[in-house]
Amino acid sequence: MALDRWIALILLGICLTYGYAAWFTMDGSLAPFMRRNPIWPSTFPKLLSLFGIIASSIILLGFEKSEPKEADIDYRRLHEYKLGQAIILLALMVAYALLLRPAGFLLSTSGFLILGSFILGERKWHVMVPVSATATLIVWYLVQEVLGIYLRPLPGFIGG
Amino acid sequence: MLEGLLIGLQTAFSLQNLLMVIGGCLIGTFIGMLPGLGPMSIIAIMIPVAISMGDPSAALILLAGVYYGAIFGGSTSSILLNAPGVAGTVASSFDGYPMAKQGKAGKALTIAAIASFAGGTIGALLLMIFAPMLSSVALLFHSAEYFALMVVGLSAIAAFAGTGQVAKALMMTVLGLMMATVGEGALFNLPRFTMGIMDLQSGFGFITLAMAMFALPEALFLVLKPRVAKEGGEGEIKELRISREEAKAITPVIGRQSIQGFFIGVLPGAGATIASFLGYAVERNIAPKEEQEQFGKGAVKGLAAPETANNAACTGSFVPLLTLGIPGSGTTAILLGALIALNVTPGPRLMIDEPQVFWAVIMSMFIGNLVLLVLNLPLIPYIAKVLSVPRNYLIPFILFFTLMGAYIGQNNATELLILVGFGVCATALRFADYPLAPLLIGFILGGMLEDNFARSMQLYDGIAFIWERPMTLGLLVIAALLVLLPSYRARRARLRAQGVADGD
Repeated sequence: MALDRWIALILLGICLTYGYAAWFTMDGSLAPFMRRNPIWPSTFPKLLSLFGIIASSIILLGFEKSEPKEADIDYRRLHEYKLGQAIILLALMVAYALLLRPAGFLLSTSGFLILGSFILGERKWHVMVPVSATATLIVWYLVQEVLGIYLRPLPGFIGG
Repeated sequence: MLEGLLIGLQTAFSLQNLLMVIGGCLIGTFIGMLPGLGPMSIIAIMIPVAISMGDPSAALILLAGVYYGAIFGGSTSSILLNAPGVAGTVASSFDGYPMAKQGKAGKALTIAAIASFAGGTIGALLLMIFAPMLSSVALLFHSAEYFALMVVGLSAIAAFAGTGQVAKALMMTVLGLMMATVGEGALFNLPRFTMGIMDLQSGFGFITLAMAMFALPEALFLVLKPRVAKEGGEGEIKELRISREEAKAITPVIGRQSIQGFFIGVLPGAGATIASFLGYAVERNIAPKEEQEQFGKGAVKGLAAPETANNAACTGSFVPLLTLGIPGSGTTAILLGALIALNVTPGPRLMIDEPQVFWAVIMSMFIGNLVLLVLNLPLIPYIAKVLSVPRNYLIPFILFFTLMGAYIGQNNATELLILVGFGVCATALRFADYPLAPLLIGFILGGMLEDNFARSMQLYDGIAFIWERPMTLGLLVIAALLVLLPSYRARRARLRAQGVADGD
């Protein structure tokens, strides 16, 4: 089964769960006076779940034939691509999300930029470090001073 | 209208807004040139900046500037590298790249710039004429018609998705609509589908979603498969002038394609990509026999046609956004999201309630096109150097700006985890050829769609509004036809093809 039909299967699952929540669980807590309304909070989701189930089934059952076209990037050849780099970069993004508050903006951001280019194969430290540090400072200044959004610059224990 | 024009001129010519146009166009050109980054990603990245400015006119002017700057920049990389940064400029590479290979890169860029300028300017003129007209019609609409109109818009987007893609586009639209129902809606003051998670109480963040759908997958694709820059005319950009004969040849093309492109842009779901391909095809078909053979080998007409059409279409796509509040493309959907975040609701009342926003945007389009012509054209040889920025630096920065955008929008680190999660899902969807723009359009329209649906239900005490209002019924029938016709025709064509095969 092709990837798009596997995804259709997942989407069908999502639609069924969503539909179950809309049809069977949402109306229970509805106040009696609201029951006289022609529209309930669950009305629109109920309709959506029906449309979603129909659309995902059409894809899943392959009713609509599409001509195979040459994609820009083909998942069947994923192993030929730099999959490792992409996954490590995603992990780096997660780490950045978790460290942004505790480590402060300046440290985590320059760390992210340096490690990011390192992962992609850059080894010129004398370029990487200054570029990342300068960019971090500029962005911090712009966000904090020009846009007026507070970003804690340094780790909490240093008093940032 | 004259009064509106004056207000618009006054707003657009303020120092701040002039800087916004110039800045927006430059940033757009700059990033649009990078192969692989489309206008939607660029605008998504710029939104936090625009929103935090607080002034809706300035924000919209900046984002619109980025938008056509990106299209312009995209044509530059199409011509020089045969690596279009934007789907809307793919057709420009058909004749632009051969020209660059023949050493006429400068000439090609000039033609692209002039064609873009003319397309954008004529488009803005048409916008000035048609938007107020449509707006006055739209004032007669009730919530029932609005509901129906949005349904038409959403199904048109699915219908234009291409052969074999209608169900997928429809699925993505429904998924977007479903995501819009998560959280506490204004309608019922009741949290829905939050699964008891506090962070979902206010629903999914629109900026986070926009970043996750466009910027992140594009950056990941750049990591997965480094684009190898093909040989191009880089470094030999000279002789920007075009001859009198060439100017004479492209003038009628520009005239026709501005109008055609504009009206294609107005249609929901069509937009710059379809306009540019169609413009190219039409001009090739109506050209004299001997010129037809030149198409694809560096014909000036073949470059002018898509360039004019895609810029006119970009302007055209502002018509439904500004007059009906219904975006017809992913890009205008993002603009709509930004406007809503700034407490401006686009729609027929925009011209009456906030004329300065409406007219300033139109005026800034003229200024923006002029900026692109006089500022960017001489700068192109220098901007083209961007194309050689090493990806080792580029990609971490794109990823960082994506993260930063989501973070400033919500000021919440959990949002970043949601961004990465959705980004991975979006990449998987792109692998499987699911279009992502319908999802975002559905997400942004979801709230309004349900609002109007609920209001008409309450007014008519049920779904009677569908048959009691002929216009609503008519629109809904159109919506159904839009979705069903392409699949019906594809099915018939397939059956016929099978019949032929059996006969053999």
